[in-house]
Amino acid sequence: MKKVFIYSSFERFWHWTQAVLIVFLMLSGFEVHGTYILWGFEESVQLHRYLAWGLVILWAFAIFWHITTGNWRQYIPTTQKLVEVMVYYTKGIFHHLPHPYKLTKLRKHNPLQRLAYLFFKLIISPTTWVSGLLYMYFAEWTTWGLDGYLSLFWVAGAHTAAAFLMMAFFCGHVYMAFVCSPITAHLRAMITGYEEVEEGE
Amino acid sequence: MIFSPLYDQMLSLKDTWMRGFLFWIFLVWMATGTAFGAVDSVGGLDFLGKLGNTSSTDHRKLAPLQGPFKNGPQVTKACLTCHTESAKHVMATEHWTWKFRNKATGQNLGKLSVLNSFCGSPQSNWSVCSDCHVGYGWKPNGFPIDARDYDFANEGNVDCLVCHDTTGEYHKTPEDGGQVFDLAEVAMNVGRTSRKTCGGCHFFGGGGDGVKHGDLDSSLFSPNRSLDVHMHTGGLNFNCTTCHTTDGHNVTGSRYMPKAKDQRGIDVPGWTDTTRTSCESCHGLTPHPKRPRINDHTSRVACQTCHIPFLARGGKKTKVWWDWSTATRLNSEGKPFSEKDADGYETYTSQKGTFRWAANVEPEYFWFNGLTQYTLPGDPMANERPLKVNNILGSYEDTGSRIWPFKVMRGKQAYDPVQNKLLVVHTAGDDDSALWKHFDWGKAIKAGMASIKDSSYSGKYDFVETKMYWPAAHMVAPVAEALTCTSCHSQNGRLANLTGFYMPGRDRFPLMDTMGWILVALVSMGSLSHAALRIYFDAREKRLR
Repeated sequence: MKKVFIYSSFERFWHWTQAVLIVFLMLSGFEVHGTYILWGFEESVQLHRYLAWGLVILWAFAIFWHITTGNWRQYIPTTQKLVEVMVYYTKGIFHHLPHPYKLTKLRKHNPLQRLAYLFFKLIISPTTWVSGLLYMYFAEWTTWGLDGYLSLFWVAGAHTAAAFLMMAFFCGHVYMAFVCSPITAHLRAMITGYEEVEEGE
Repeated sequence: MIFSPLYDQMLSLKDTWMRGFLFWIFLVWMATGTAFGAVDSVGGLDFLGKLGNTSSTDHRKLAPLQGPFKNGPQVTKACLTCHTESAKHVMATEHWTWKFRNKATGQNLGKLSVLNSFCGSPQSNWSVCSDCHVGYGWKPNGFPIDARDYDFANEGNVDCLVCHDTTGEYHKTPEDGGQVFDLAEVAMNVGRTSRKTCGGCHFFGGGGDGVKHGDLDSSLFSPNRSLDVHMHTGGLNFNCTTCHTTDGHNVTGSRYMPKAKDQRGIDVPGWTDTTRTSCESCHGLTPHPKRPRINDHTSRVACQTCHIPFLARGGKKTKVWWDWSTATRLNSEGKPFSEKDADGYETYTSQKGTFRWAANVEPEYFWFNGLTQYTLPGDPMANERPLKVNNILGSYEDTGSRIWPFKVMRGKQAYDPVQNKLLVVHTAGDDDSALWKHFDWGKAIKAGMASIKDSSYSGKYDFVETKMYWPAAHMVAPVAEALTCTSCHSQNGRLANLTGFYMPGRDRFPLMDTMGWILVALVSMGSLSHAALRIYFDAREKRLR
């Protein structure tokens, strides 16, 4: 085994900040949705708004980082080894077979991750952003001439749908973070930047 | 100890991780701190109520006011020697004409025309109803006359004192000039109008204290802060005209055609109409600097909706049900009788029928654009029951509408089932047909209908359930007593019945919610099953080894 530097400090900062923001956005968002009472409706609305802006700012930096460093290429979908990875997670992992995909700093996500993160970045995030900002500026719709084209029913509906997808992603993602050996390896990598990979090739 | 390696790892983390962690804490703290730190306070305005009450004239020193006066019209004549145009001004206002033309609906309204679901109509009942007209001369020869015979062109009939008395002694008695007080003393003490003079009529609309409006009753003569944050006698001490600004005796603000949505904001002299009869006139369009999310409501929710949490908050009850159909019952001795509730409010009288009263009433909420369509005498009745005596217009789709709080008055009143119209009933009077004297519906309706323009009447009468909408704009509570988000943004909240649009916290997407939770459950269960399999195979492997 050797240590490979996979996640730069910005990536780790981005990841964990986003994680905290999204957790609190989900907590406050589902209170606004009426699922439960936690901090109180007004407090949750307020918190949700501030956190949303935090996420917008963070993503502005993240998009800039992805473009300038070329890291956006990490999410280009590929079928190469896709089947092998799927077979690994449904079979090989139970018998401690080696992971069929070798990480490097230039291709840090396996084909399955690429698809999942691409879905996150192209479907969940934009839906959340667009519907969320429209939702936030509902009072301005008349001024902006949007009244005839939008209804809060659809905007809120899209936002809620995206929130459910986000939560499903979150649950799967958190579990997958521990699908490795030792089980804290991914977590450690996301904190320190170094992933242990098997030598060879 | 699955997590111990991780824990060890975390303890030895480098600075970047620590810095990052501190940043998250900071971020969350900032967000929550700002969110939870929101407070409301309006301070430093205590001087407001004390301004503008200094007169440049001491009316005690004016020769024409020294009297003695035999009657009200003589005082008016004296007033007009200096205030040469005042009578003309008054005579151009609704206080005098009792006419209001709603240009938007084309309806001729005003007390001379409308019906309500309280006493019905002033028509044919002038002997009592004219008490609240700002004019003398309703009983020129000692007998009440009809409005059609009233001299609306006579300046001498304008009653200056009923609005400008400051002594509290003056009463516009049914018999002109039959005063038991010194008119000269009243005349020499005239001043600005007050809650007392305005309230003398407006707090007692519908035939008694608090009966009609729900947001206006005698508790507003000297309200505490909780009852009305602006009129609070120990605080801002607003007069009615502080908001209902006047020009040429014309008082702004009207329930026939209220301004449902003020888009001008703060009224600056020389720039806008300089009337202050809307909350926005002083508070602007974004009055919640520390709670911007609430400002987002102002284009669709009237200020009154949140800031008037209940009607009849001052300890007086307001009438919410008036069933005329039970009137005219007499007791075993053939005499009229009345019944009262434990608080002394009449629940039945032979003259008027059955009443229900309520205090601290939750208003009902509707979209309202300021337009009201009345069912006038002679108008064919709509099919809807209860019949809307006045139908308030507005909708979610109409961006000129806002959600307003209303007192909804309900009851039963007389109608003509053949001609399908509401009937004017002659209730008050000293003659041979008044309902309150003779308890004979047939006679009273015949006399009532004979007094109006469209006097046709089939001779048959019955009672129809009606309702009437009264927008609330008074008894404005302090912020602490205003509605909160979840008063409406919750299931079964105050706006539960105002459907047709999506409202966060109230409305769900039941199908999507179900599907969403199923998806989350599937992912979680999949993860847990996968973990279970891993543990199982691990254990088996160890055992085999």
